Amino acid sequence: MAASETSNGTALRYAFGNVLSFFILLLIGVLAFSIRLFSVIKYESVIHEFDPYFNYRVTQYLTKNGIYDFWNWFDDRTWYPLGRVIGGTVYPGLTLTAGTLYWILNSLNIPLSVETVCVFTAPIFSAFASWATYLLTKEVKGAGAGLTAAVLLAMVPSYISRSVAGSYDNEAVAIFALIFTFFLYIKTLNTGSLFYATLNAIAYFYMVCSWGGYTFIINLIPMHVLLCIVTGRYSSRLYIAYAPLVVLGTLLASLVPVVGFNAVLTSEHFGSFLVFIIIHVVALVYYIKGILSPKMFKVAVTLVVSIGLVVCCAVIAVLVALVASSPTKGWSGRSLSLLDPTYASKYIPIIASVSEHQPPTWPSYFMDINVLAFLVPAGIIACFSPLSDASSFVVLYIVTSVYFSGVMVRLMLVLAPAACIMSGIALSASFDVFTRSIKFQLPGVKGNSQVDAGDTSSEGVVAQNEVAKTYKNEEALKERPSKKNRKKEKEHVEKPSVKAQIKKRLLVLPFEASIIAILLLVLLGAFYVVHSVWAAAEAYSAPSIVLTSYSHDGLHVFDDFREAYSWLSHNTEVDDKVASWWDYGYQTTAMANRTVIVDNNTWNNTHIATVGTAMSSPEKAAWEIFDSLDVKYVLVVFGGLVGYPSDDINKFLWMVRIGGGVFPHIKEPDYLRDGQYRIDSQATPTMLNCLMYKLSYYRFVETDGKAFDRVRRTEIGKKHFKLTHFEEVFTTHHWMVRIYKLKPQKNRIRGKAKKSRSKASSTTSTKRSETQRKNPWH
Amino acid sequence: MVKSTSKDAQALFQSLRSAYAATPTNLKIIDLYVVFSIFTALIQVVYMAIVGSFPFNSFLSGVLSCIGTAVLAVCLRIQVNKENKEFKDLPPERAFADFVLCNLVLHLVIMNFLG
Repeated sequence: MAASETSNGTALRYAFGNVLSFFILLLIGVLAFSIRLFSVIKYESVIHEFDPYFNYRVTQYLTKNGIYDFWNWFDDRTWYPLGRVIGGTVYPGLTLTAGTLYWILNSLNIPLSVETVCVFTAPIFSAFASWATYLLTKEVKGAGAGLTAAVLLAMVPSYISRSVAGSYDNEAVAIFALIFTFFLYIKTLNTGSLFYATLNAIAYFYMVCSWGGYTFIINLIPMHVLLCIVTGRYSSRLYIAYAPLVVLGTLLASLVPVVGFNAVLTSEHFGSFLVFIIIHVVALVYYIKGILSPKMFKVAVTLVVSIGLVVCCAVIAVLVALVASSPTKGWSGRSLSLLDPTYASKYIPIIASVSEHQPPTWPSYFMDINVLAFLVPAGIIACFSPLSDASSFVVLYIVTSVYFSGVMVRLMLVLAPAACIMSGIALSASFDVFTRSIKFQLPGVKGNSQVDAGDTSSEGVVAQNEVAKTYKNEEALKERPSKKNRKKEKEHVEKPSVKAQIKKRLLVLPFEASIIAILLLVLLGAFYVVHSVWAAAEAYSAPSIVLTSYSHDGLHVFDDFREAYSWLSHNTEVDDKVASWWDYGYQTTAMANRTVIVDNNTWNNTHIATVGTAMSSPEKAAWEIFDSLDVKYVLVVFGGLVGYPSDDINKFLWMVRIGGGVFPHIKEPDYLRDGQYRIDSQATPTMLNCLMYKLSYYRFVETDGKAFDRVRRTEIGKKHFKLTHFEEVFTTHHWMVRIYKLKPQKNRIRGKAKKSRSKASSTTSTKRSETQRKNPWH
Repeated sequence: MVKSTSKDAQALFQSLRSAYAATPTNLKIIDLYVVFSIFTALIQVVYMAIVGSFPFNSFLSGVLSCIGTAVLAVCLRIQVNKENKEFKDLPPERAFADFVLCNLVLHLVIMNFLG
């Protein structure tokens, strides 16, 4: 009678716990979604930055023309005159996801625009990502850790930076796909079910569709399998989790056009095949070991090892020879720069020039994962007690992702989920220890549940003093220990062994210490929440297409980019070509709908180098280059007037480097005075005469009479000059974007007159005087 | 030395065969299926070596189809094997259903990839 009652009670408590965690998960989803809306509230519902504009444009095309046209889309608006096969060179996951969302919403008669759907895709998927984190961590260390990890992930600044509303980029869905794939792998590993293995392969497919980072998965999972085999943890579940994934995953990956045969031909994937072979050998060995007597098995081993060693050597030699015969050793540039961090800066300036490919600084760790950085080691320790297949996987995940994040800032994003999982485990485990110690030392230990409820609610009182925003976090924190304890209690009920209780009593910490520790942990969590909200609101919500600044006379909004792009779309012919540095390519095609020479998909180094060369050449040479490319307008971004630091003058050295990498007559030292990059009166003549300088600072002296550059904090070197081959057609309100038109070719008769002039005088001055003669009204 | 090795090998072979003879028939059928698909894969690889791999997607899908079926069959064998304590709770019907589902996905993908 009593037994049935208690079992009833546990069942009820379990059901209650499930409902509670369901609601907590719901709240976590809402939190993850709403914390990313700061950008919409503070600015507007607009697509951010550079790459999202391209994705937005592709999505527009997809929704307008359908999926088949999308796969066959040849885009003639970019990379003029080459064009780009969009369908075959883009990771389609994000576009297809947003397209599907749009289609579903419209078929439900919810008429949202494509832009709105695109803006909110990232927040929606970050909610999914935190649920996936819950699932993954639950598989590793139980529901309590799962909930904590989910809360942490919902707010982790590193992930927020890539998934605020409007940041419509591949990473937005890819992180969800990454975590979900890992979850399904762990789930398969824990259950050994083929069903989950199939789902795992499909999730992997989604990941391959969404992001180039899928190579991380296809290398991490084999590493884990290898680790398990080496440490003697091979099981048939491991086989079921891995072998179907490789076969199905490879096939599915080859279906994505941008990957195609690379899935079997590049060395990023070779590791998985090698491990695939190894796991078969190991499986066979375990099988034979199972059916043979130990003595016979020993005989077999000696036989096989001697023969197998020879075969293995031969195979490895062949493989090495094959791989070594390809020039880059079969690794693509980006992956090589992961393994050898100096590779990119040495060989590929175009990769090195992107700021998110630089190694991160120490403060950026604190900025991006905050207190998690301190909790991670504790989480790793918690994972080792006891070590299971799943927990060894997350340990491996965090170790590798810490390495990769150290190589490239962008991969901090891969580290963030791992750090959240680890910190979730750490927090959960420590709360478990502390609440248990409190529970054992409070009077009336026998009335387990009441005491339990008591101390969680006392915790709640503390929690309520915190910031209002911390509610959800606190709630999860409150919930977790009680859940853990509930599990503990269940153990008590089921096997009421006094021994276990005594054992636990030995692990108990002093009462006061545990109370203080809990308070401190809650404080730590509150600090994390405050930091995350601040990061979401202030640091990562700027769309970078609209800029704001606060000064003594209030808020200033710089909307120059859209001003310039809409000028282009209204005042130029549809087929005009616009040249700019590649950063602005995507925006120009998406917002101005004009053909560009290069854009952010940096697939053709020579083409970019051509533009870089033009920008770093003197006016005439630049005019010739641009004219040969049919360029009508040149767009430069200039921040000198308002102090916008990421303008073209600051990026100029990369143009020189990239240009010089292909066209050797552009030499970096020509632009530097004693190794220093400067634009003041000390600057080299090459610098002062190059096109970028001229286009940026043309008429700049007219603004304040001194031509003081607010970014470089100096007066510019050459203030009064005229343009001969370009004419200014538009400059935005704050001078941030300046658009120039190429002047039409001169009449031939002028060329004759020019010949008679002495060649000794510098070309620019010649040309200027010529123009003066030619256009006295200019 | 050589003699003892060959003797050992013979003894090993004998004991392997006797041990394998004790396997239930349904597992033996699965084994046969696995061997058959690996054999098919080998034929394709040999053919590729002789003729060339021109429609590479066809070659890939052919070989991976065989390897895939073999791998899935091995998984099924692991799950329905009574001696595996890990899968006591898993009824063979469920294992077979999973196997069929996985095969369906595999071959849908292959049909898509065949080109």
